Amino acid sequence: MNKTWIILRREYLTRVLKKSFIVTTLLVPLLLAAMMVIPAWLASRQDKEVRNIAVYDETSLFLGQLGQEGFTKYQFIEKEKYEKIKANLEGTEYYALLYIPGNILTTNRVELFSPKQLPLEMGEQIERKLSQIIETDKRNKVVQEVGVPDLEQKLAATKTRIRVNTLQVTETGEQKKSSSVVAFIASYGMGFLIYFFVFMYGSLVMRSVMEEKKNRIVEVIVSSVKPYQLMTGKIVGTALVGLTQVAIWVILIFGVLTVLQSFFTPETAQQMGKSIMESQGQMAPMQQNMPVSQNQISEVLEMIGTLNIPLILFGFIFYFLSGYLLYSSLMGAVGAAVDNEEDTQQLVFPVTFPLILSIILLFSISKSPDGAIAFWASIVPFTAPVCMLARLPFSPPIWEVILSMVLMIVTTIGAIWVGSKIYKTGILMYGKKVTLKELVKWLRYKG
Amino acid sequence: MSYFSVSNVNKVFESTQALTDVSLSVNKGSIFGLLGPNGAGKTTLIRIINQITAPDSGEVFLEGRRMTSSDVEKIGYLPEERGLYKKMKIGDQAIYLAQLKGMSRHSAMKALKFWFEKFEIAGWWDKKVEELSKGMQQKVQFITTIIHQPQLLIFDEPFTGFDPINANLIKQEILGLRDNGATIIFSTHNMSTVEDLCDHIALINKSRKILDGAVTEVKDNFKTNIFELDYKGDYSKVAQVLGNSFTILEHTEKGLSNRIKILHLNGNGSNDVLQLLMPVAEIKSFREVVPSMNDIFIRVVESSNEKNNQL
Repeated sequence: MNKTWIILRREYLTRVLKKSFIVTTLLVPLLLAAMMVIPAWLASRQDKEVRNIAVYDETSLFLGQLGQEGFTKYQFIEKEKYEKIKANLEGTEYYALLYIPGNILTTNRVELFSPKQLPLEMGEQIERKLSQIIETDKRNKVVQEVGVPDLEQKLAATKTRIRVNTLQVTETGEQKKSSSVVAFIASYGMGFLIYFFVFMYGSLVMRSVMEEKKNRIVEVIVSSVKPYQLMTGKIVGTALVGLTQVAIWVILIFGVLTVLQSFFTPETAQQMGKSIMESQGQMAPMQQNMPVSQNQISEVLEMIGTLNIPLILFGFIFYFLSGYLLYSSLMGAVGAAVDNEEDTQQLVFPVTFPLILSIILLFSISKSPDGAIAFWASIVPFTAPVCMLARLPFSPPIWEVILSMVLMIVTTIGAIWVGSKIYKTGILMYGKKVTLKELVKWLRYKG
Repeated sequence: MSYFSVSNVNKVFESTQALTDVSLSVNKGSIFGLLGPNGAGKTTLIRIINQITAPDSGEVFLEGRRMTSSDVEKIGYLPEERGLYKKMKIGDQAIYLAQLKGMSRHSAMKALKFWFEKFEIAGWWDKKVEELSKGMQQKVQFITTIIHQPQLLIFDEPFTGFDPINANLIKQEILGLRDNGATIIFSTHNMSTVEDLCDHIALINKSRKILDGAVTEVKDNFKTNIFELDYKGDYSKVAQVLGNSFTILEHTEKGLSNRIKILHLNGNGSNDVLQLLMPVAEIKSFREVVPSMNDIFIRVVESSNEKNNQL
């Protein structure tokens, strides 16, 4: 059996069978799912409870016009009852008490009483309803005074909402529908994913190297195998641990979503959707006139289709692998160079700085993918994995992509060479505080 | 017959010369002591033999052929800086290390069972290293060094961490391995074990080999021509007989038995001394004062350091 394979196997199995790995792998998707589902579930439950709101209207302008919205019911009451309820609101069946004063048209103010802290959207709902009624009323008066026939319909016809269809013109003159929103999300998401993976599993490689050095087992091992076999087994084994974790997460998330879908029937889902719409207040009436859903979904799908999926997928895998190799071989070298945890920080920072920088730049790159920052950050190999990937959904010039990839390959090979040199010398070096200058010297050692 | 040899090996680290023109030859089935003060270059030499580092120049031969990286499977190496994975079960760990030396899982299992039982640690198979005492860990380490039946064994301070009983057990195992044909290189600062175990030694100081030879030869070369006698008789007569060719270093008179310590200036051997003295005194005991390996070590290293300083 190949020795690299034996090392890889041990590296993989000890990590995957660790309790902490099993716990995080199982808990993270559950927590994520809980984070998404619990608030929605709570919202949907709360809204099923019917809330009666007592309304005392001094103006009598709104009588019968408030009706019911969602699970909130408006009931108009007389003055005596209002005073009685106001004195003892807690003891009544009412959730809240709305007082519309006689001078509402001049003050634009109403009062809402409740023994409890009221949800934000309730105030918004009332504000919207009352404003709408008053607005319609005022407009009707204006329409009547002016005396132009069919003014109402004419005004309604003036309601306009413009939608921009972004079209990307390719070099061949072909027009493609594109969406900067979809591209932005893809760009930011993938950039972040690469950053997360490279950082997390690069550190894992580093810790694993440090462990072997600290346990003093490394000399026994390098007397049986070549240091590069040990390092390769470690890096590939750790990458497989990462992939296993991601695979389990994907399966679990899909599993959890499927289970949840069977819990939430189409009606409850619709209900949830509606309550979310309601809570977003003003937007609702505007959109009601538009032929929404079906069209927009197919449009989003079309836009996703316009992304260069094969290029992005290839880019993702390419930068994922090269970025991980680049950083993990350098972090492995850092792990080999130091003796203890405290000295690590000093050497880790210069190595991980470009990675941190690229996550800082990520947002601005996703926003303006053709700027100078985006260009340089995606060409320089240390920031390229995150930054070029973030540019790919925006179809950057192909020569830039090729240049970035070539530089990436060259640098990764260089990093592996540097990493293995430092690694070879470092793992057998004890009791010496290592500086960057010292590391450069190690590169010149033979053999 | 030379099983293993090193010829003209040089190694430089940055500004420090670790090995200068070192050559060694180790016979098959012998125990070779590699001695020297701290920082002399022993560990570097051992790492070169194990193919962990490469020499700047010079060559390493095994069975007359230049050594290649696949030869490491024929070596069992117990480094001075040694340890095990703390969180891994001992049995799994031993199998892993044996596999890295090219054994199959199955044969590793079989061989490990044998040795674990022999060393009475079979019950520890599923324990983690952190639960073990230092001595136990050393036992496991010793087993993993020899498990693949290497033809060349390199032990660097093998007895540290052992109590006298276990140290003796390991010593017997090392002798047993030699009797079964293994060639052993043994590095230690403990000179009494060198005298017990080694057939041949080389002493390295400040990157150079300064002494090399069979233990008996070395001792013979360093003999001091000092003799110690207990006798019954008259001291003045004895002193007269010894005359000019001897220097009397010490003498004590205790009535019936006197003791004298003399230095033979011409160095003709012990029989001359006896022949001279037998007519004048009754000799009760006679002993040539032979230097210990410890004395030789100190003398050789100090005189080599003085020479270096003069240059």
